[in-house]
Amino acid sequence: MPKTLVEAIIAAHTKDPVRVGEICKVSVDFAFANDITTPPAVTSFRKMGARKVFDPQRCAVLPDHFTPQKDIAAAEQAKASREFAQEQGMLYWEVGRVGVEHAFLPEQGYILPGDIILGADSHTCTGGALGALATGVGSTDLAAAWALGESWLRVPPTLRVEFDGSPSSFITGKDMILALLGKIGVQGARYMAMEFDGDALEDLPLDDRFTMANMAIEGGAKTGLFVPDEQVLNYANKRGTRSFTPRYPDRGARYAREEIIKVDSLEPLVALHPSPGNVCAAREVSDLEIHQVFIGSCTNGRIRDLEGAARIMKGKKIAPGVRCIVIPASYEVYSQALERGYIATFIDAGAVVCTPSCGPCLGGHLGILASGERCVATSNRNFVGRMGSPKSEVVLASPLTAAASALTGYVTDPRDYLGESF
Amino acid sequence: MSIIQGKAWKYGDDVDTDVIIPARYLVTGDPEELGKHCMEDLDASFASSVSPGDILVGGENFGCGSSREHAPLAIKGAKCGGVIAKSYARIFFRNAINVGLPILECPEAVEEAQQGDTFSIDTEKGIIANLSRKKTYQAAAFPPFLSELIALGGLIPYVRKQLEESGQ
Repeated sequence: MPKTLVEAIIAAHTKDPVRVGEICKVSVDFAFANDITTPPAVTSFRKMGARKVFDPQRCAVLPDHFTPQKDIAAAEQAKASREFAQEQGMLYWEVGRVGVEHAFLPEQGYILPGDIILGADSHTCTGGALGALATGVGSTDLAAAWALGESWLRVPPTLRVEFDGSPSSFITGKDMILALLGKIGVQGARYMAMEFDGDALEDLPLDDRFTMANMAIEGGAKTGLFVPDEQVLNYANKRGTRSFTPRYPDRGARYAREEIIKVDSLEPLVALHPSPGNVCAAREVSDLEIHQVFIGSCTNGRIRDLEGAARIMKGKKIAPGVRCIVIPASYEVYSQALERGYIATFIDAGAVVCTPSCGPCLGGHLGILASGERCVATSNRNFVGRMGSPKSEVVLASPLTAAASALTGYVTDPRDYLGESF
Repeated sequence: MSIIQGKAWKYGDDVDTDVIIPARYLVTGDPEELGKHCMEDLDASFASSVSPGDILVGGENFGCGSSREHAPLAIKGAKCGGVIAKSYARIFFRNAINVGLPILECPEAVEEAQQGDTFSIDTEKGIIANLSRKKTYQAAAFPPFLSELIALGGLIPYVRKQLEESGQ
């Protein structure tokens, strides 16, 4: 039977029959956790009676959430995570060298086409940009994968999403994935795998693809997969830490559903409080006053994101009364941004530039909101209380929209700030 | 046989794990400590008013969002007996099974439940009785592999057995 991409990847990792809805035991190529999810994973690992992770070069701990350690309790969690990694001889990168996990791991060549990747973090699906079945699990599932090198997966039905047309220069991967979430809602792909396709993706830079795969979970999906193309294979060949076998969907594969997004007419979009599916055009809400802008996260903290934001902010000043926080998602991104002058642009504009961390995205630190405050953020979630006070609001947007909003103090369509000639 | 009995705390669709346990409290894995803040951003009265055995009743996509296993732990820590929902987000579903929080999928029971109704649930048979409305429902069955996993006591004993069998 012809297979969808997710079925092809599962079939290469299991002896069980691969049929939608069936549970398969699969081998796992790489498994990781962060400073919040590692300590409970260690507890479960010990209870399992496990002594050694299945392969220390395929198991990793990345302290990226409450780091640089924000308080004593967070420091204790980071310490427990580090000690376990050292005991096991696992991959571990210290603060100052680590990045936000879903930006850092692909960059370092640990997530590769055709892989099955488990991460104790829901945004593990970001790896789908490289054609890897990367999916988030809880700490106990992750501990089982560390112990056994395998896990169980239910074969998901596939939602094929076709992005047709050519986007204008104001349209980023963020706008494209928000368009989909606005259409299908936060449970429109629950328990499904998304497979992205269409001519709009052919020349789409990898950084934009990471953004789109990252937010597959926001539609409830297990993963959001791009079919590996030359751009992906070049990236993986250059960076890969091990060999890999890319997988592809078969012709005639059966898709449970298809959605088509026409990108020609797409406008810069935002998702309003309190749901990533609560999507409208940025222009429709240009009267919304804001107090903070956050540019960063595993969704939009990569070099192309900072490049876009810097183009908008170059020579301009952040609006009085607005705090703008920029957090490169990794040190590679940080160094590039420094070399290209983007960091200077941000600082001259009056922004705060922080070291790589998840920071305010999940309300951890480095920019928590007070009651009544509103933040335009390039991150992925705007649930009640996500970035601080349960009486604060988060508006999700692309780096271009976020940067334009920082300059005006209101939710701002980048075209309204710079004109159509961007 | 394992029976849970308690009052229903009913919420809507898409109850996310950020409201089940806000990230600002993720500096501990202690269920009791987490339980003190369970549902805080959605219903500040929940943690202080919930009684042991009470049931969380949710709509579609319960537990969406973050993969934090702290979410089912917080519900357990609040001494909730279990959750009935129309459907679950997939990571929460796995986590609940892994930490031993009883979860049942039953749209009809949710539809007809009112805040404060008294439920009695046989978690092994998946039989849900709404005593206030004198109605009984059958929850959706788990796939065979998951039933085996639950019967074995969850993922931890399952892995322990696998490791023993492979001599590690």
